[in-house]
Amino acid sequence: MRLRLKRIAALAGLSLPAMMLIGACATTAQAESVTQEGNAYLKLMNEMGGNPADFNIDDGKKLWSEKRGPKNASLEQCNLGLGPGVVKGAYAQLPRYFPDTGKVQDLESRLVTCMETLQGFSAKEADKDPFAKEGGNASPLENIAMYVAHESDGMKIAIPQHDALEKLSYDNGKKLFFYRAGPFSFSCAACHAESGKRIKISALPNLTNKEAAVSYATWPAYPNSQGVARTLEWRMLACERQQRWPAPKFTSSAVIDLITYMGVNSNGATLHTPSFKR
Amino acid sequence: MPNPMRMRANVEGDAVVVRVLMSHPEDTGLMKAPDGKIIPAHFIQSVICKNNDKNVLTCDWGTAISKNPFLEFRFKGGKSGDKISVTWLDNKGETQTDTTTVS
Repeated sequence: MRLRLKRIAALAGLSLPAMMLIGACATTAQAESVTQEGNAYLKLMNEMGGNPADFNIDDGKKLWSEKRGPKNASLEQCNLGLGPGVVKGAYAQLPRYFPDTGKVQDLESRLVTCMETLQGFSAKEADKDPFAKEGGNASPLENIAMYVAHESDGMKIAIPQHDALEKLSYDNGKKLFFYRAGPFSFSCAACHAESGKRIKISALPNLTNKEAAVSYATWPAYPNSQGVARTLEWRMLACERQQRWPAPKFTSSAVIDLITYMGVNSNGATLHTPSFKR
Repeated sequence: MPNPMRMRANVEGDAVVVRVLMSHPEDTGLMKAPDGKIIPAHFIQSVICKNNDKNVLTCDWGTAISKNPFLEFRFKGGKSGDKISVTWLDNKGETQTDTTTVS
């Protein structure tokens, strides 16, 4: 800021610093055009439509009402936070606190709970192979998650922060977001705490404020580089891998707290899922 | 029962633009499953697209087509309210037809 003031002051008197100022602007514009090139491609993909994740939604819808598990029951009575069987808008308000489990749960961990209580799956069976291989076929859990999330498409994110545990989840998520660890001493904040940054041609959203919605509101998505639809649980795992951290356990509180942190920061934004991603 | 195709057809200028997403594994026959056995080839061999009853596009496809193929094409002579049908036939003799209306 001070530098810019200096330059503006110099601009009034001298032409040489003015040239420098124009030069500085050109550099910024160049950086923007680089990320725009990548974004334009994704924008085109999203406008063209035909997202392969649409088929995951179809499959997930079938799985939702299909009788499965030792109890031969469907998930239609699953309480996702808005009452048993209410799917519409449920994802826009997750993660949230659930009195029956006494925990803050995100979409997938809640689905695992329902698979255990309603369908009688054991914990081991319910979250077996939660993530598809690159270019592979999505797991049943992923398909159901894609379907449930899509039912909140176009709705406003409204993740509750009433319960003490919900607030604790946010605070822990924030701590974890800024926590530096691993061989490279990385934190999530290393890449995602400033606006206007990029890696190669990918824009890096600032996840510490409302800008978090740029990323958060577009999941679950179909990342082209993966060749299979992905959810936020997977994205957290991938982020921690990129930070050279050990892989977090599926539906662990560390993952849910990070999702809560970004989700609450995105409150008020409109969900668009599924979308295309890099 | 495979998922229905996702189809859209719109009038753009003097042409009709059709966008179709098909649900198909498109296995090349060169990949191995985790058990080490080759996954048998399973791919779409022909796609026939019709405007009402008139054939507007016929495709001969091979194993180089990606999983869940996306097809976009445009043709002249169509109008709003026309019926568009797309049929694919694969090497296992399976076939699927879906229709949409031009909007």
